[in-house]
Amino acid sequence: MHSKWRLIQSGTSYTLKGVVLLIFIFPFLWMIMTALKTFPETMVFPPRLLPAMPQWSNFVTAMQSGPFVTYTINSVIVTVSIIILQMVIMIPAAYAFAKYKFKGQPLLFALVLLAFMIPGQVTFIPVYLMLADWGIIHTLLPQILPFAANAFGIFLLRQYFMQVPTEIIESARLDNASEFKIMLKIMVPMSVPALATIGLFSFVSHWNDYFWPLVMTDSMNVRPLTIGIAMLRETEGISNWNIIMAGNVVLVLPILLAYLFSSKQIVKAFVYSGIK
Amino acid sequence: MNRRKIWETLRPYVMILPAMLAILCFVIYPVFYLLKLSFYKYNLLNKAKSKFVGVDNYEQLFAKDEFYTALTNTVWYTIATVSLTMLIALLLALWINQKKGKKINALLQAGIFTPHIISIVSIALVWMLLMDPNHGILNFLLKLVGLPPSKWLQSSSTSMMSVILVSIWHGVGYYALIILAALKSVPPTIYEAAALDNASRFKTFYKITLPMISPQLFFILIIMTIGSFKVFDTVRIMTGGGPNNSTSTLVYHIYEYRSNNLGYASATGIVLMVIIAILTFVYFRMLSKKIHYQ
Repeated sequence: MHSKWRLIQSGTSYTLKGVVLLIFIFPFLWMIMTALKTFPETMVFPPRLLPAMPQWSNFVTAMQSGPFVTYTINSVIVTVSIIILQMVIMIPAAYAFAKYKFKGQPLLFALVLLAFMIPGQVTFIPVYLMLADWGIIHTLLPQILPFAANAFGIFLLRQYFMQVPTEIIESARLDNASEFKIMLKIMVPMSVPALATIGLFSFVSHWNDYFWPLVMTDSMNVRPLTIGIAMLRETEGISNWNIIMAGNVVLVLPILLAYLFSSKQIVKAFVYSGIK
Repeated sequence: MNRRKIWETLRPYVMILPAMLAILCFVIYPVFYLLKLSFYKYNLLNKAKSKFVGVDNYEQLFAKDEFYTALTNTVWYTIATVSLTMLIALLLALWINQKKGKKINALLQAGIFTPHIISIVSIALVWMLLMDPNHGILNFLLKLVGLPPSKWLQSSSTSMMSVILVSIWHGVGYYALIILAALKSVPPTIYEAAALDNASRFKTFYKITLPMISPQLFFILIIMTIGSFKVFDTVRIMTGGGPNNSTSTLVYHIYEYRSNNLGYASATGIVLMVIIAILTFVYFRMLSKKIHYQ
């Protein structure tokens, strides 16, 4: 009797967990299925799960409805540039904050934390005017430069650097290693997990970003994929869901593939940085 | 030797210089610039024609129904999203933390987290498709269980609820995993002691688990509240603030006025910044006061 009750209990638990899993996965499945349907198939009610014939041409239609090659290249350039620029600026700053004592250090570090608190939704108007004054508003730079200093990254990396024993640094100095060499050959290799976390974080948030490119760009040739996909509704008609979803799949695929292969690391990175 | 000494004093400043310049240039200076703009009637086409108007923009702002609608919508959105997300995330975390069913639990963790790394653009578009009043799958499911169909995003009485639903779905997995990590870090010896004392499950949860994970819960509360006050993407894509301003939010309000009435938009931006500053201040005050259990 007791074991039977247990069996029912664990069976229910499994089923419920399956249902919850479905709630989170189904919208993505539905996106892919809709991307492969014909237009009439998307209008059928009650809806059908599978298309009669996968319509691969939807992807071609979606990609030809605008300068999608440009959008994709822009997304890649912006995301990669941000990550590289952030690393170059962040590593020496975090090293100085972690391992040197200098006048005004607490105040300057407080400034970094303050920067972390003020969102782009507050500063975008003045930043836009400033970059327009500089004459670079029609380039990709407005999407890259404002993110040069990753305050959150400096904070996280500093924590990591502080855990590197000072004795290691001292003995390297005795061996006449330059500070630059210490940074590159000791600090960086010992902080690979933190750097990977920060890089991953940057990649996901800037590849996915919608707000900033929306308010910073005025012309098609500097827009990223997110803006292009959101605009499909205007160019392709509000209810051409099969074409819109085809574009959507293109936007989601790189992230979803990365996630499929390294979900454990990605989840760990995000949760870790969330706790800190 | 002397030159070396000077260099050693200067070195840390040189190392943080690029980061500091970027922060000054793109965060600190813009805040003051924004404050200045909020006192001007700004002319985008001809800067020379911009003129100082004092607190006019603020007077305009506090007399405008549209602003109050946006503010109330944002507050409601924040209260509903934050409380429901936290509640569901906590329940999910407790549920996944069980010892049984390791495989399905691992799968569930990966599954509920997925929306968090996907662009809000994709998520908004997919949910618009699911919420389509005529042939969307949500109305199909409602009919299946015998409930009347909803107009979802297309009626002013359900539009905000629909946006909130999408936000919860988007964020809940991430927060559940943070809580789960907190649950796992509670030392098992404490639970063993409670079991020896014959404490009930409810009492164990209320007296041990909840206090032990309260730092993380508080962290989530603040992060989510600040994040919710900045809500924009879902609204821009799914409703455009409508129907009838029912989903207009503070940031959406700023966005709408950014080119027609830049000074006014800047004043709204200052209001948003003050709200976020207050929330951040409260966070640090409480962080230094309470919530230290270990």
